[in-house]
Amino acid sequence: MQLAPARSVHIARAPERAPLVLTWRSMMPSYALAALLTCLVALIAIGWGTVRISPLTTLAILVDHLPFVSTGEHAATYDAIVWQVRAPRVVLAGMVGATLALSGAAYQGIFRNPLAEPYLLGVAAGASLGATLIIVSPLFITAGLLSPLPPAAFAGALIAVGLAYTLARTGPVVPATSLILAGVAVSSVGTSLVTYLMLEYNTRTLAILNWILGGFNTASWIDAGIALPYMLVAAVVILPYARILNVMQLEEDQARQLGVDTERVKLIILGVASLATAAAVAVSGLIGFVGLVVPHAVRMMYGPDYRRVLPLSAFFGASFLILADLIARTIDPTFEVPIGVITALVGAPFFLFLLRRQQRYGGARI
Amino acid sequence: MTLSIRGLHAGYPARAVLDSVDLDVGRGELVALLGPNGCGKTTLLRAITGVLPAPAGSIALDGQDLAAIKPVQVARRIATVAQSAALPVRFTAFECVLMGRTPHLGLFQSESSRDVAVVRAAMERSGCWDLRERLADELSGGERQRVVIARALAQEPGLLLLDEPTSHLDLQHQVETFRLILDLCRDQDLAALAVVHDVTLAATFADRIALMSRGRIIACGAPAQVLREDLLRQVYGVAVRILSHPVTGRPIAVPETVRLAAPDIAWLERVADPDVAQPPPAVRPPDVPQPVAPLARSPAALADESVPR
Repeated sequence: MQLAPARSVHIARAPERAPLVLTWRSMMPSYALAALLTCLVALIAIGWGTVRISPLTTLAILVDHLPFVSTGEHAATYDAIVWQVRAPRVVLAGMVGATLALSGAAYQGIFRNPLAEPYLLGVAAGASLGATLIIVSPLFITAGLLSPLPPAAFAGALIAVGLAYTLARTGPVVPATSLILAGVAVSSVGTSLVTYLMLEYNTRTLAILNWILGGFNTASWIDAGIALPYMLVAAVVILPYARILNVMQLEEDQARQLGVDTERVKLIILGVASLATAAAVAVSGLIGFVGLVVPHAVRMMYGPDYRRVLPLSAFFGASFLILADLIARTIDPTFEVPIGVITALVGAPFFLFLLRRQQRYGGARI
Repeated sequence: MTLSIRGLHAGYPARAVLDSVDLDVGRGELVALLGPNGCGKTTLLRAITGVLPAPAGSIALDGQDLAAIKPVQVARRIATVAQSAALPVRFTAFECVLMGRTPHLGLFQSESSRDVAVVRAAMERSGCWDLRERLADELSGGERQRVVIARALAQEPGLLLLDEPTSHLDLQHQVETFRLILDLCRDQDLAALAVVHDVTLAATFADRIALMSRGRIIACGAPAQVLREDLLRQVYGVAVRILSHPVTGRPIAVPETVRLAAPDIAWLERVADPDVAQPPPAVRPPDVPQPVAPLARSPAALADESVPR
């Protein structure tokens, strides 16, 4: 009998059973479970830190801030720690993680390339350049609600992606390979300009590096509120395309012969994914690895169907980045480790573990 | 469904390929498209599905111009079995065939139990239901081809386009595949247009053969009418002998020697020039459907399974 464990690690397939067709409804329980898990991770992360607050107390304080609900009196210091310091930070980390993982999954689906990730078309380089230009200009003020950094990074990211898309376009079509190459070219121009500016304005080098390394230590509800609309739009637009993304895994001609308008799908998905990624980068800097690795981890565990890959990537991306941020701020009480270091140090071994396990079952393909 | 192509021009920015192609495929008919590499066979298939825009000429299905309807509606009528069709990694064969339902589903729709029933029927018809749980990228060439044909059937098309459907298959699977295609044409009234390189295979199974050269169809008719020694030598530049199949009576083309002769370009251009009134040999008006030539009765052992109906 043919075993197919590489495809589904935890489900034993009975040969007589009729094949399972994934529908949104049949997937609901697993989405709900993943959402619950994410909330649990967030709750623990909010309670964790130099001041430990139990998850139940944390929950009570959070619920107290909902309109028309009261859960009694809470210590003002706890309330401040939970509501003003940690909750925005954890929520923003979750939003950014979900966005990067969802966009990464969508990029990989559109480009049919396992190395695709949300920064592929120049979002990262464009955002860095935008932020750097502000930091080295006289406009720069260190922090505050009206910091011009997020809008500048956002604009830089969108200009870079738009440039890559325009350069790759030949008539009515945008070939995927040209798009990747244009993205790489735009990225290297942006990166070299940032490097030049860092050296030219050496008093600001640390500020630039700080921004590029990214993190959530300045996170506020305002940041979350600014980024939320873009991320919601991306999720609402991308998720219905899950079944079409499956079809896009065929060669492009075949997808078109099945009636899929591949150019339109490419433009819509890459457009909203880039928009959301630009918003994420604008509020958190460059956080690598999430958008590349989380979708692959989901595929290895749950198979290639985008109706699973897209939503579960979002949830697991959120949990992953919340945990990474928790480690970044607690592992060394005197110094906050850049979160990108954590995502790579924690994520890479986990990813390799999954890869090895899959190879043992005879299917190393991603 | 009947396909009718008139005066079709198509090609790529740097190179025009199709030069005023006229072709008809009737209901329940299998037409084989023969011709040298690079003569425009695949381009013709791509133009029919609309993947390649055609600047001039018309393509009509049951009298309806395809340029007037949306790609998704075209995909409900025409299914393509591409050359060396790669299947996506890690999807099961069943999931691959399920993708054939795409043109029938809206963006927010999931597959219903009817879609599953259609997919099951298509897989059983093409003999790959047993493969449903297997990963598509682990199938053999013959198995993969059956899955791709099942996906095409799942589209519930009226016209089936096949691009060298047997080029990677062994003898058994070649016969099996063509037998299946022919049966589908007969049972489901499908029209089928298949690019074939094996001249003998085309003659054995096709109702009619369209011979293509340099972007034009220079002969179209029953296998015995098109497969003539002079015509094939002109087009392929190889001296061939046409023999008669001892069982089916259909023509068999074999190279006469191992030497090559250059294709007669001047002759081909004369044939392709509409001003020259003299028709090339074996050409008949392509729009008159030819009755299927009854096949010779075979000895009992071969009567049923080895010969197309």
